[in-house]
This record gives sequence, structure tokens and C-alpha cells, in this order.
Amino acid sequence: MTETTVSPLLAVADLAISFDTGDGGHQAARGVAFQLHRGRVLALVGESGSGKSVTAMSILGLLPGNARVAGSLLFEDEELIGCGPEKLRALRGGRIGTVFQEPMAAFNPVLTLGDQIAEAIHTHKIFEGTSVKLRVRQLLTTVGLDDPDRVARSYPHQLSGGQLQRAMIAMAISGDPVLLIADEPTTALDVTAQAGILDLLRELRDDRGMAILLITHDMGVVADLADDVVVLDRGRVVETAPAGRLFTEPAHAYTKALLEAVPRLGDPRPAPEPGPEVAAVGDLVVEYGRFRAVDGVTLRVGAGEVVGLVGESGSGKSTVGRVLAGLVPVTAGTATVGGADLTRLTRHPWRHARALRRLRAGIGVVFQDPASSLNPRRTVGDSITEPLVLHRDLDAAARRARVEELLDAVRLPAGLRTRYPHEMSGGQRQRVAIARALALNPALLIADEPTSALDVSVQARILDLLRSLQRDFGFGCLFVSHDLAVVEQVAHRVAVMHRGTLVEEGTSGEVLHRAQHPYTRKLLAAVPVADPVRQAARRVARTAGVP
Amino acid sequence: MVVDIPPPELARHPLRQLASDRWAVAGGATIVVFLLIALAAPLLSGLEGHDPYTYDLDAVSDTGAPLGFGGGISVEHWFGVEPMTGRDLFAIVVHGARTSFLVGFAATALAVLIGVAVGLTAGYLGGWYDRLVSRFIDVLFGFPWLVFVIALGAIAPADLPKQLLIILVIGLFGWPGIARVVRGQTLALKQRTFVVAATALGAGPGHLLRHQYLPNLTSTIIVYSTMTIPGMIGAEAALSFLGVGVPPPTPAWGRTIGDAVGWVQTDPMFLVFPGTALFLITLAFNLFGDGLRDALDPRTRGLKR
Repeated sequence: MTETTVSPLLAVADLAISFDTGDGGHQAARGVAFQLHRGRVLALVGESGSGKSVTAMSILGLLPGNARVAGSLLFEDEELIGCGPEKLRALRGGRIGTVFQEPMAAFNPVLTLGDQIAEAIHTHKIFEGTSVKLRVRQLLTTVGLDDPDRVARSYPHQLSGGQLQRAMIAMAISGDPVLLIADEPTTALDVTAQAGILDLLRELRDDRGMAILLITHDMGVVADLADDVVVLDRGRVVETAPAGRLFTEPAHAYTKALLEAVPRLGDPRPAPEPGPEVAAVGDLVVEYGRFRAVDGVTLRVGAGEVVGLVGESGSGKSTVGRVLAGLVPVTAGTATVGGADLTRLTRHPWRHARALRRLRAGIGVVFQDPASSLNPRRTVGDSITEPLVLHRDLDAAARRARVEELLDAVRLPAGLRTRYPHEMSGGQRQRVAIARALALNPALLIADEPTSALDVSVQARILDLLRSLQRDFGFGCLFVSHDLAVVEQVAHRVAVMHRGTLVEEGTSGEVLHRAQHPYTRKLLAAVPVADPVRQAARRVARTAGVP
Repeated sequence: MVVDIPPPELARHPLRQLASDRWAVAGGATIVVFLLIALAAPLLSGLEGHDPYTYDLDAVSDTGAPLGFGGGISVEHWFGVEPMTGRDLFAIVVHGARTSFLVGFAATALAVLIGVAVGLTAGYLGGWYDRLVSRFIDVLFGFPWLVFVIALGAIAPADLPKQLLIILVIGLFGWPGIARVVRGQTLALKQRTFVVAATALGAGPGHLLRHQYLPNLTSTIIVYSTMTIPGMIGAEAALSFLGVGVPPPTPAWGRTIGDAVGWVQTDPMFLVFPGTALFLITLAFNLFGDGLRDALDPRTRGLKR
């Protein structure tokens, strides 16, 4: 550890951040301290509300107006707290580059990428005139975009998430920064795109000696890229360690819990004897306008089995789920739930309204984001009661008893009945959504990315809950997810989708451990594993596989 | 960007937020004062000792101009008198508030009722019905309604109360704005997961509209109504100003303002009192509506201005 003798690039000491909210303050971070050296990657890790993003934004002075920052932020031996806006503006985009989570939202939609990167260059007056164009081209090449001229001419909506994130990195390094702040740079991306971005960040560190402050909640990403790790919990640093040691000997109980909660591939659920069919699609085709989202998919869900449907964004996996929920009309092929023909029913939803409604009594749906799948203006009790009101003729007392029974089944106290969704945590909300989906004892549960909006520790508990509910209630389940490790935890069988078609299907063990199709293998190889040593070996294997 | 901004449950209750907005409170207080004045109009003018109908030719000169300072302001006539007739201006102004509120509230209620019903169904049902309604709204927006109303006033049966006619007319021309807003919000709600979730549970149209859409539209409707009232009051005043509104002798600010324009050289106070009243009430409603929107809309809540 020779670096410790030279002065660090960024030294944070005793940093405290609070927000004035009207009814007293809200302390977002306190006593945060760490040091970041040139050519190293430091990961700030924590779950939502841990203060990791606030800490990073305080370095750039980009916190909302009601924030109070105290302590010390030394960047190249200069104090950043209390320094003037002029100085900060010069640093932003100059010595310090930033990459945000949502590349789509971080670019201006009405300007071309070339213009936006050129603007960043102009702001810091690094190049003049025609050389700006050249510089943009050079930057776009550096970040691994082939055909940089086309990218420069494109508007944000014309590029994929991975391409946009590369363009954003090009913009971030346009001022030759010594520090790159990357705030969840791969969270919004598919695993294969994520692997590429992580490789690019590693290259920037190695070739340019850039220091990277990586903010993430994903232990796999940490294992892949970080040299040092700072674990934050509710605004406090609970552990600081080199990445290698953190994963092998986590010292703090919170770090241990966090690492244990990370789902990893390894232990597939054995497939049960397939029961009678509860839902099936045959040669299913779904088109939105002229776009073919699903192209000839055949899939079957039996009673009491969980079928995992995996794929990247745009693969059509969610559309299959929505077809089975009767929410999307079928263009061609067959779709049946409980023997009823959805193709016929969804083509004329008004004519078959009664039959559709009866059918829906036998289907429960859990959506991705529990914050938006519950009506914000209704209490939790009202939301859970809704299916009972719609399909069962129960009196108020019986409904109330059923709601309490369901809340108990999803391990929530009955007292939450009168709360509103915004008064609950994300995990609690998802439990409520599950309780609502199970209110009528459906034969089929469709879960569309039910844990991807949640923190890992919460995700682990929700997956536990889903497994035990599935054992107790015995419903068949279509579990749609982009996360292979999550799917392995709940699914008996797995189907992989790519660009609207089904590329591979089989038991979890077959698909996730003895994959036949090259796309499935590529997908599996791209998933970062929460173990730096194994991840390094996987990375070598992955890049060596590319001709 | 993911700055961990404190969660929404820490945000203040809308009513407390509203109470901390000084302009909104001032607007609300002005509305309440005017409402009390309108309700207690006979009492107030009785206190002064006049009614808005009795002529007092002793208060005006031979030319018709009020006698005395500021259009005849005195202990007897607090706001002076009307030129030519000598009717008490204070009584006219406080009774005029009744006309303004009656027309303003009733026309707004009518417009909001139609607008919400049309906008909600258009957004929810979509298809040809939505296209038809949207085109009809476009036509109504471009319709020269003022000309239409003037013409209608001429041919309307004499036994139809003029106030009712005005309420119907400005109410029936006033709904397209709110229909458009509600339709847009309904379209946005249609995509929200909780509405899709309710549909997936098997909820029918009635249930969806009542339990999923309407509760999420309430704040929009309340805010929009508050902002519509001053427009309706203004429309009534404009019609009365043009002489096709509330007929004499029923007191109306618009008509008084119309009369006062001819006297502005000799008796400016005749214009000042009803004009100020009209200005204050429309400003008050707008300020209050603005504050209400800030308080109810979570996106503007907590923004420092």
C-alpha cells in the first residue's frame, strides 16, 4: 500500500449532511470519512436511504437548496465546502466528471449528442473551432462506440441505453478529469450492456490513472470494479475495507447481512412433477402497431410450479405476462388461462367484459414498482379489499377478516390496514401488492419483476415470502425477471427470451447451469458475481471468448 | 439522478402548506369577506339605511351629476350615489356581489360537471368517441361565443329569467377547458400501474372511474374550479357591461362599470368602487387557486419561490 504515503486525491472527513424539511431536520449523512487515491476505484455501497448519493452530490455542490453540509471535503488539497460557486463550476466537468444513473434522462432530448458533448467542451474552453468536432469524435471512439460520427449526429432517443451511457461517459471525460463520479452507472442497463460499461470504466482507470468514485447498491458491480469499499448504512460508515477483504472477511454485521442477501447462482430448485395446466401460450405473436414484441412463443405453466421467464429489456418477456393477465390483445397464436381462450376474449374486451372479469378472478398480478401499483389515495385495506368487492359477495366483517388473514399471510401487522401506501416502506408495499394478488386464491400468479425496485435485503425477504406462499397456496406462477440469480431462487423451470422469441427452456438446473443456447451463456457470463476473485476469473473467460 | 431527498411522508399536510402561503391566505380571506358581504347584503345596506333600487333625485344636480365630494360620498351615502338616479352606490356594490357570486358559482359548477363527465369518459373510452369529443371541444374553443350570446339574448323568450340564461350560456361554453385537462389526466392515469393492476383484478368501468380515476383527479378538479370562478365572474361582468347581461334594476358590477365609463370625467368614484370590487375578487380567487395548486400538487410542493 504505497498510495497511503502520497496525499489522496479526495479526502472526506467528518462529513455531515442534513436537510431542512420544515418539521425539523432530516440527517442524511454524518461522520462520513474516506480517502480516494489516483488510479483507484472506491465504491460507496449501501441501500436506499444510506446517504451514498447525497455524499457524492455534496462533492459537486449539487444538493438541493435546503441541504446543510458540514465537515471537510479536500479535493487536491483544496477545501470544497464553503468555496465559491465559480470554483465549483470550474471543477464540474473539468477536474471532476460525472456519470448519472439514467442516461435517457440525463441528456437533453432535443439536441444531438455531438452538440451536447461539444457544449461541455466549450464550457471549459479546452479546444477551439473545428478541433471541437474532432475532439468529440475522438472521445466517442475512446468510449468504444463504433461509428462515432453517426452517434454524434443522433438524438438521445435514437440510441440504446448502453450506447447512451457510453456517450455520457464520453461527455464526463471531455474535460480530462482526474476524478470520475459514477452514480449507479449501470443500474438502468441490461446485464450485457452493464458488463461493457464496467469494462470501459476499468480501462479509464488503468489507462488514464483516473480515480473513480462508484456509487452502487449492487455487490456484483462492486466485486467487478472496486479496489476499496465504503459501506454506508443510514448515513453512517459502518465499514471501510479493500474489496478483497470485504468479500472474504466482512467485519461488520450489516456488511455480512448485505452480502448474504445478494442472490447468487448455484442452487436451483428441483422441478416438481408438472401438475395440470393453468396457463399456456402457443405460437404467441403480439404486435404493437408494426412492432412485433413477441414472435412465436410457446410456454406452459402447470399447477404448483413456478416458471421463470428471463430476458433483457425489449425481449418481450413482460408482454407475455401481460397477455396472460388479459391486458394485451393477442395478434396471433393461442393463449389460455384455466381453459378459457384469451385470444378470443381480448380481441373484443367490451363484448366479453363479463367473461374476462370472471377469468381475472383466477389470476393474481404483482407488478414491478409497488409505489405505483397501489392507488396513492386509498388505504392498504381498501386496496386489498378491492378484488373481494369486485368478485365476492361478502359483508364488511367478513372482508375485514379476510384482509387481516391476508396481511398475516404476507407477515404484516393487521394494524397497517388503515395506512396509505406512502406511509410504508418499499418492501411493505410489495407485501401489500402480493396480499392483494392472492386475495381470491388465484390458480395463477403473474409476477412481473416483483423485486427489481427493491433493495437486496428487502428483495431476499420478498423472495422468501413468495416461495413459502407458493408452497402454502400451491398456485402456478409466471415469474418474469431480468435477474438470473433471482429467478433461480424461485423458479422450478426457466425460459429465456431474446428479441421476442424463446431461445431456451428447461428446468432451472438445465438452463442456468448447463445452458445450451449461446445467448443464454452470454447472459450468464455477463452477470457480475459478488466475489472479486471469481469475478476476475469470469471476466477473463468472458473477454477471451470474444474473438 | 438519485439524491436521497427525504421521503414524501415528511412533506407537510396540504392545508398547512396552504396556511404558510401568505398570498393564498390573503386571497382566501378576501373571498370569505366578499362572501359574507354578499350574504349579508340587505343587512349591510340596511345598516346604511338604503336599498339599491330607490331613486334619490335630491342627491344629484340638474345635469344628473352627484352633488358633493367624490360622487356624493357622505355619512348618508358611504360610496356616493349613482349619477342621474341618485341610487346608493354602496347598496349597489354589496348587492352586486350577490349577482357575481351566484353567476360565478353556478356557471362554474355547470362547467365543471360537464367538463369532468366529458373529459373522464373521453380519456377512459378513447376511440371514435374521444376523437368526436376532442373535435367538438376544438370547435367550441374557436366559437365566437360572445356574438352568439348577444344574438341569443335578443331572441330568448322574455319570461326566461336573464340570470338563468347567463348561467346556462357561460356554463355551457366554459366546460371545454376543464374537459381537456381532465381528459389528459385520465389518459396519464390509464398508464399508471395501479389502474392496470385494478383492471387485472377484474374491475369494471364503473368501479375504475369511481375508485381509481376520480380520487386521483380531485385535486385537479378543485384547483381548476377555483381558477374558473373568476373567469366566470369576469364573463358575467363583461356581458352586463355590454348590456346583454343581468338586466336593470338588479345590481351587477359589470353593468355599473359600463354605466360609469360615460361618467369617468365628472364622477370617477362611480367607476372606482365597483371596479375595485371586481378586481379584488378575481385577484383573490386567482391567488387562492394558485396557492391551492402548489399545496395539492406534490411536484410543486416544497419548492422555494
